[in-house]
Amino acid sequence: MMAIPMTMTGYFTQVLAVADAEVQKLRHDPWELVSRAIQPILWLVLFGGVMAQVRGLSPSGEPYLDFLAPGILAQSVLFVAIFYGISAIWERDLGVLHRYMVSPAPRSALVSGKALSSSIRGLSQALVIYVCAAIMGVDLSFAPGNIAAAVLLIGLGSGLFATFSLIIACIVKTRERFMGIGQVLTMPIFFASNAIYPIDLMPRWLKAVSSLNPLTYEVDGLRAVMLRGGVSAYGLGYDLLALAAVLTLLIAIATRMYPRMTQ
Amino acid sequence: MSTTDQLRPSSAGKPPAVVQTFELTCRFGAVTAVDSVSLSIEAGEIFGLIGPNGAGKSTLIKMLTTLLPPTSGGAVVAGFDLATHPADIRRHIGYVPQLLSADGELTGYENLLLSYRLYLLPHAERDTRIAAALAMMGLSDVRDRLVRNYSGGMIRRLEIAQSTLHRPAIIFMDEPTEGLDPTGRHAVWKHIRDLRRELGTAVVVTTHYMDEADQLCDRVSLISAGRIQTVGTPAELKALIGPDATLDDVFEKLTGATIATEGEYGEVRQTRRAAREHT
Repeated sequence: MMAIPMTMTGYFTQVLAVADAEVQKLRHDPWELVSRAIQPILWLVLFGGVMAQVRGLSPSGEPYLDFLAPGILAQSVLFVAIFYGISAIWERDLGVLHRYMVSPAPRSALVSGKALSSSIRGLSQALVIYVCAAIMGVDLSFAPGNIAAAVLLIGLGSGLFATFSLIIACIVKTRERFMGIGQVLTMPIFFASNAIYPIDLMPRWLKAVSSLNPLTYEVDGLRAVMLRGGVSAYGLGYDLLALAAVLTLLIAIATRMYPRMTQ
Repeated sequence: MSTTDQLRPSSAGKPPAVVQTFELTCRFGAVTAVDSVSLSIEAGEIFGLIGPNGAGKSTLIKMLTTLLPPTSGGAVVAGFDLATHPADIRRHIGYVPQLLSADGELTGYENLLLSYRLYLLPHAERDTRIAAALAMMGLSDVRDRLVRNYSGGMIRRLEIAQSTLHRPAIIFMDEPTEGLDPTGRHAVWKHIRDLRRELGTAVVVTTHYMDEADQLCDRVSLISAGRIQTVGTPAELKALIGPDATLDDVFEKLTGATIATEGEYGEVRQTRRAAREHT
């Protein structure tokens, strides 16, 4: 067989091949999506229901549930993506990863494919949460431009945290250790962000931490595009750029570390 | 570091070697898993790497399939230097790992489709080539069934089908019949022979079953403690010992141990894990 020159088209074929396998798995077992939607709904109904009584939590006086919905959407996508490393370790233990690694696909294409897989999972989950939020009376915007921006934000955010998780998996290497670390990571990422309260309420040091947290930019962007008349504190373009830059950096790191998993 | 120059002159006049290693060595901390292995595997032959668990077979395969960089020494695989052209090697080899690696959450067809696309094979021939690979391994009827419902033998055959899609010059199979019942094992042997006959692919199998080596392989190499003890056809090796000798007898004679008891089970793997955790 002739060596096939590495073209951009070929690269995308390989990225999509990895992501497509994820779509096929979701099609075979769609119930997983439904079960994963339960937790965010509980957050909206229970947490949102109580906290709506507290004044001053939403900065511009909109209903707290409207303020909360983008945060909970980003949070639920984060909680799934941050455990992506478990499935990477699982794939290594099963030998599935060895097949990827002996294929001629560049390692960065494999990592990007995995990030895209996580984006697809995140987006399918976001769909469920959109429906629930609409039923609960959140003032959602369905303008095509806003939907497109939300897809980008959720896709970037989900891919970003999954790639971060993949890097952690390359370091800790076993499922048991990963479980412990995953739990430790989700709390600060979630609470040191603007997901459930405005950054203005935070002490100065936490503000600084939260401004380095990618979740903050994902939520900020989502507040602007999910809600009718929503506004972003940093600007949508800045949010997207920040997420894309961090994702690119993490993919570059994961590309170097991923092959170590099969050694 | 290039070994190509050192290796090419010595292979002049012989049938083309599809694998040639030159003092290939791999150490994990204080343990030498593969120790100065130099061997040559010819195009189209079924070559057995025989030895007990922990002898270094899997480590050798991992180096030859570019998964693990050697500590020292080198190899030329499918005409490319391991040190300088790992991506080219990956394009021309197949690999069936020791674990049952097909994805259980996908159907048989979807597993092959994933590989087909990762290898960037021509789109126009996709359906015919996947169908042919499934037919050759006797899996046409179950192509749309989820792999988690396959038997162990069926998963193995699916993985072999998958490893043939890009028509590699050589396929490495690590313990291909481990954990299979006798029927499953014989089916896998038959399919490996068919594969060689129909595609002319060289096949390297590792095994610790002597009957497998005896019946399946054209040539075998006995490995113990990371070193090649001897190489030859099963008949040649048995003739070294005597008229009624088995490969077990040969192994015992050469290493002073039997294949069942030689080496601590999984010792190398444990040492490797320890070494990994400390880095």
